[in-house]
Amino acid sequence: MNAPLGLPNPYRATGSSSFVEFLAALHPERLQFPVGDQEAMGRHGVAPHGTTIVALRTGNGVVMAGDRRATMGNLIAQHDIEKVFVADEHSLIGIAGTAGLAVELVRIFQVELEHYEKIEGLPLSLDGKANRLATMLRGNLGLALQGLAVVPLFAGFDLARNAGRIFSYDVTGGRYEEHDFYAVGSGSSFARGSLKKLFRRGATSDDAVSVALEALYDAADDDSATGGPDMARGIYPVIGVVDAAGARILGDDDVAPRVQAMLDARMSRPDGPQAGARRGEDS
Amino acid sequence: MSVPFYVSPEQIMRDKADFARKGIARGRSVIVMQYSGGIVFVAENPSHALHKISELYDRIGFAAVGKYNEFESLRVAGVRLADMRGYSYDRSDVTGRSLANAYAQTLGTIFTETNKPFEVEIVVAEVGPASDSDQLYRLMFDGSVADERGYVAMGGAAEPISAALADAWVEGMSLDACVRLAVGLMGEHGDDVTRVLTPAQLEVAVLDRSRPRRTFQRLANGRLAELLAS
Repeated sequence: MNAPLGLPNPYRATGSSSFVEFLAALHPERLQFPVGDQEAMGRHGVAPHGTTIVALRTGNGVVMAGDRRATMGNLIAQHDIEKVFVADEHSLIGIAGTAGLAVELVRIFQVELEHYEKIEGLPLSLDGKANRLATMLRGNLGLALQGLAVVPLFAGFDLARNAGRIFSYDVTGGRYEEHDFYAVGSGSSFARGSLKKLFRRGATSDDAVSVALEALYDAADDDSATGGPDMARGIYPVIGVVDAAGARILGDDDVAPRVQAMLDARMSRPDGPQAGARRGEDS
Repeated sequence: MSVPFYVSPEQIMRDKADFARKGIARGRSVIVMQYSGGIVFVAENPSHALHKISELYDRIGFAAVGKYNEFESLRVAGVRLADMRGYSYDRSDVTGRSLANAYAQTLGTIFTETNKPFEVEIVVAEVGPASDSDQLYRLMFDGSVADERGYVAMGGAAEPISAALADAWVEGMSLDACVRLAVGLMGEHGDDVTRVLTPAQLEVAVLDRSRPRRTFQRLANGRLAELLAS
């Protein structure tokens, strides 16, 4: 980068509040999703792949959790990758798919939200953030069709509605609001099955964290690309919580005892908590 | 044939500088000072939408006096430059010094190359890990930069306020003491009569050293009232 002398004209021009648009106009080569030269990149198994993310609404927000494994074909590329991030003050983003592109998507999405907030003096609405992510994802469609897909899961606390909300996406940038819970990534069908049985509306975020841990464990149980908790190395799922007070990632010392409690319970019931067979019955 | 009227370069520069100074002195003052936990910005500003103080980056704040449209375009350019750097390299590579340099170059160019100089004065402040690494850069309308210690007052009655701060400011003052001092001086020197400024007339923000990532925080009216009352 040539260090600009002073502030060149494009910096001072009246323009949009979007960092992505500014970057695309000034330095398109620095935008992570280039169009063209995809032939060389488009092969499965050439780049690490992130796996399962779950999110569920609670009585006062959203809990999102992700396992820590990245795979490359049949190999484990990384044991402790982080796939759930704080996007801004009141939102979380989790990512599945091609790890390199996904982590970069998170990075530019974080800058995009902060940039808008600084220039406009107030943050985007939650719908605005969700739409912005959809547009950025659509830019990656070419690579997605070559097998380098990124599938994010976005959740935040909507200050206007005073409730947590979850948004899922497809590779074409389609944006769908999920009303109770959702999961993305290779283990998502198993995680969703688990969530379906354990989810309760209006749960505390404490209970929701336990449900998320169970769902990830069930995903790891049946999907080889999803990693279970690694007690020996002290690698636990990354858990994000967002509510009116803001978005935060729980510390390991907070997560470790919960994981231990879940594993202890699984010693007697390896398949996890039992859901009631009859309607309305508690497990 | 008419002979063009000759004006010496010295005269042109002097006229431009006088013009800019007058414009800057017309508004209300802004005070930026170090306190024990970081850096505090205090501005007299009845508007809650048109800010004189804002965030540039994680540890860097911006304060300005003068013409709103001019310093606003500089502020936006600074945010863009900071975010561009931080995204291209790393968040830790965005420094107050580089932003101050960019502003100095820009203001200097505008001052010499255009007929109308910017009627603005800016402070770029960066909060460090400890108070001795805090940085306060004061930028004038002609692009000159001063690296200040402790406090800066600019705009309006900047001179008497600076003189009073030289006596009153000491290192390691608490936040409430700093805010009370700044607000008191602004009320004393802003007009012919001494005024008591209320939180609704003030815009106050801090770069709080203890916060993890984005250190910039605006103080809401309620919190401000508490600080002024304590």
